[in-house]
Amino acid sequence: MEIAFWIIAITCIASALLVVGVKNIFHSSLWLILCFLSVAGVFLLLSADFLAAVQILIYIGAISVLIILAIMLTREVQRGNLTNKLKIPALAVVTALGGIMTYMLISSNWTSSDAPAPSTTTAGLAEMLFGSDGFGLGVLITGVILLVAIIGAIVLVRDK
Amino acid sequence: MGLTHFLVLAVILFCIGLYGALVKKSAVVILMCIEIMLNAVTIAAVAFNRFSAAEFFTGQIFTLFIIAVAAAEATIGLAIIISIYKNRDTIDATKIDLMKW
Amino acid sequence: MTQTGLWLIMLLPLICGALIALGYSFFCKKPALSGYLGIAGVGGSLLLSIWGLTGLLGKEGASHYASGFSWFSIGNSVDISLNLNFDPLAAIMCFVILFVSLMVHIYSQGYMHGDKGYPRYYAFLSFFTASMLGLVLSDNLLFTFFFWELVGLASYLLIGFWFTRPAAANAAKKAFIVTRIGDVGFLAAILILFANTGTLDINSLNGMAEMGLIGAGTVTVAALGIFAGAVGKSAQFPLHVWLPDAMEGPTPVSALIHAATMVAAGVFLVARTYPIFESSATAMLWVSIIGAVTAIFAATMALVMNDMKRILAYSTVSQLGYMMLGLGTGGIAIGIFHLFNHAFFKSLLFLGSGSVNHATGTFDIREMGGLSKPMPVTSKTFLIASLSLAGIWPLSGFFSKDEILAGAMDGQFILFILALITVFLTAFYMFRLYFVAFGGTYRGKGHPHESPKVMSWPLLILVVPSVISGLLNAGGSFSGFLGEEVHTGFFEGLFGILLHPLALVSLAVAGGGIYLAFLMYKKKSLSPAVFSERFKWLYMIFSKKYWMDELYEGVISRTLLMKGLFAFAAFFDKKVVDGGLNGFFIQKVLFSRLFSRFRTADERIVDGAVNGVAAITVESGKVGRKAQTGQLQSYGIYLAAGVVVLVMAALIIW
Repeated sequence: MEIAFWIIAITCIASALLVVGVKNIFHSSLWLILCFLSVAGVFLLLSADFLAAVQILIYIGAISVLIILAIMLTREVQRGNLTNKLKIPALAVVTALGGIMTYMLISSNWTSSDAPAPSTTTAGLAEMLFGSDGFGLGVLITGVILLVAIIGAIVLVRDK
Repeated sequence: MGLTHFLVLAVILFCIGLYGALVKKSAVVILMCIEIMLNAVTIAAVAFNRFSAAEFFTGQIFTLFIIAVAAAEATIGLAIIISIYKNRDTIDATKIDLMKW
Repeated sequence: MTQTGLWLIMLLPLICGALIALGYSFFCKKPALSGYLGIAGVGGSLLLSIWGLTGLLGKEGASHYASGFSWFSIGNSVDISLNLNFDPLAAIMCFVILFVSLMVHIYSQGYMHGDKGYPRYYAFLSFFTASMLGLVLSDNLLFTFFFWELVGLASYLLIGFWFTRPAAANAAKKAFIVTRIGDVGFLAAILILFANTGTLDINSLNGMAEMGLIGAGTVTVAALGIFAGAVGKSAQFPLHVWLPDAMEGPTPVSALIHAATMVAAGVFLVARTYPIFESSATAMLWVSIIGAVTAIFAATMALVMNDMKRILAYSTVSQLGYMMLGLGTGGIAIGIFHLFNHAFFKSLLFLGSGSVNHATGTFDIREMGGLSKPMPVTSKTFLIASLSLAGIWPLSGFFSKDEILAGAMDGQFILFILALITVFLTAFYMFRLYFVAFGGTYRGKGHPHESPKVMSWPLLILVVPSVISGLLNAGGSFSGFLGEEVHTGFFEGLFGILLHPLALVSLAVAGGGIYLAFLMYKKKSLSPAVFSERFKWLYMIFSKKYWMDELYEGVISRTLLMKGLFAFAAFFDKKVVDGGLNGFFIQKVLFSRLFSRFRTADERIVDGAVNGVAAITVESGKVGRKAQTGQLQSYGIYLAAGVVVLVMAALIIW
């Protein structure tokens, strides 16, 4: 278990760094896909099987495709993956933020229970989402959000 | 593995994503980094769910919603980027500064 | 004699004058009415004063008193009020003034007939008469001064009556200004007296002076001051220069003002305040000296004049000198007696000259001659008046002049000699005038004729007092009336006087003068031309009036004052005050140094502070707006940095 964690963790972090670091935008999008995969692996480690499936389906299947589409449409590939002038301040700020948060995480007392994870989560999720006192409203609203997004995208991109 | 491992992982991912969002010129790359940040958040949520309240799935539902919204947001974002590209022939974030003084 | 009557004496001419002035346009249409109104006013006053006079006769030291009104008072100490005091002196003066004024009023109806300013003339005449009456009746020295000035004003108006002529306007100005110079002394005397005694009531002042309550220095200065006013008004040397020029006025005016009344005001004033003069021997001496000097001084100038009125003017000055001499050496009665007589015959002489002018159109005696046949009344009255003036017994002039000579002989012998010489000169010039104007043949261009009755009758009326007024003091009754001792009986005084050697001497001298004039101008046995050749330098001095006018005008006025004092004052004002004070001090010191420092501080500090605040705002804005890059990612950094700060704060606080 632990090795799996370490491998997946290192993959995740490495791929994220590569997303930011490589010169070719198309390559960075590909490293992004690897990052998503490793996140799905993390979900599996955390016994969230349904979620891992959803992650792969949506993130890799839809969003990454969308990003590659945008890269193609805007011909970003020709320009390359450039950075602006704010490298050092951003590094400083980010390091500070990361350091503080890490410090907070390590030094605080998390109440963790040792209850075993359920083997399949789907039924439980379904019940929570669509059950009588669940997040049904949230689901509906999410549906509306998606609808708005679709319409918005169409409106924004259409030729007038 | 303990909670803190996953959380630290989440933090590191988040910081990498934040750095990329602040530093990159290309809007698409910024969007990609935002997705990384969102993923980091979901990892944290699921980790909390697994280690603090395993039988309630709250974190996972939260994550579902985050994923759904992230998808919608990526859609809209990219649509905006494309329309900006159509207008200005660039999606260089440093060149889009109409709000400059 | 009631109080109302007393007030009416003064007010009646004033009211008539005011009525003429108020209804001026009406009187312009009917000028004769203004003459009648004036005559009515003066005539009424004359009757009232005769009534008052009779009320005083025979009573020792009596006087009518009319209380008037209090003008102002300051606390308990100062009280200025006008009351009328009708004592014997005032009674005599009132009579003289009103009688002569009445004659002049009647005469003027003929003389000023047809003149456009006829109503104005009568208004001024009434105003003058009223002022003169106020002067003699007032019992407060301050009110005497007021009326004094009013008389001066009236004389200015009357001398400059034909003001369109420049000579008349200038003469009026000269009269006013010269008398004003004397009035300064009078005012100073009033102030000194008031400061030292606290009262201006004449009776009180006289009482105090008699008792010696006023200090010696004060009383001398006061007396000299009063005399200075008299010198101005009575045309004594050196302020005599205005009187000959004042002949520019109408002749009846000259008769009234310069023969009888105004010029007598000075003599009257000295008489009125006589105890003050008596207390100061210095003042009496000066009065006598100036009187005698004036007498001979003016007589010499009258010798060479060719203008009839000017001869008479200088004669008046000379006779006034006599009056002053009489006051200085003899006493009130003598001076006033001569004034009394002189008023009648001198006004007669002036009115006669007016007749001559009316007939021949000129005053220049060289253009006259042989007027006695065509103008019998005028020439005969003129002759009688001239004899009286020369001092021939038994006419009035003899008695008064003789008394003056007697007083001078007792007092100051040098002055007596001067007065005696003047007797000779007086007789000479008067008869020069008579023989040249009325004797011989007519040299002029006109048609001489006798004046109308309205002008002749006053002449005839005035002859009467010219002859007999002297007899009033033959027995000393005039002096007795004025409070002095009565010496002799009437006839004894009348004829007995001829036994005095002095009387005989003066008669002889006067007779000699007449004879000389007779020889020179009637019989022409002696030639005047030869005389003027032999005494050419004397002739020049006399005819140039001793260059006194040139002295006053050129030396004093132009050089000393205009170029000297006034120029210095103007220079001082311009350079020192304007230049120094304004320019240097105010401009340079205050404005440049002091105020400019304030201005710099103001500019730097205050403005600097205000501007500084604004500048800070602008600069900080310039700095601050650099944060508005418009760049998305910088905003992102700010966000992240803000989160870091917040978290750290939360960490630290908790």
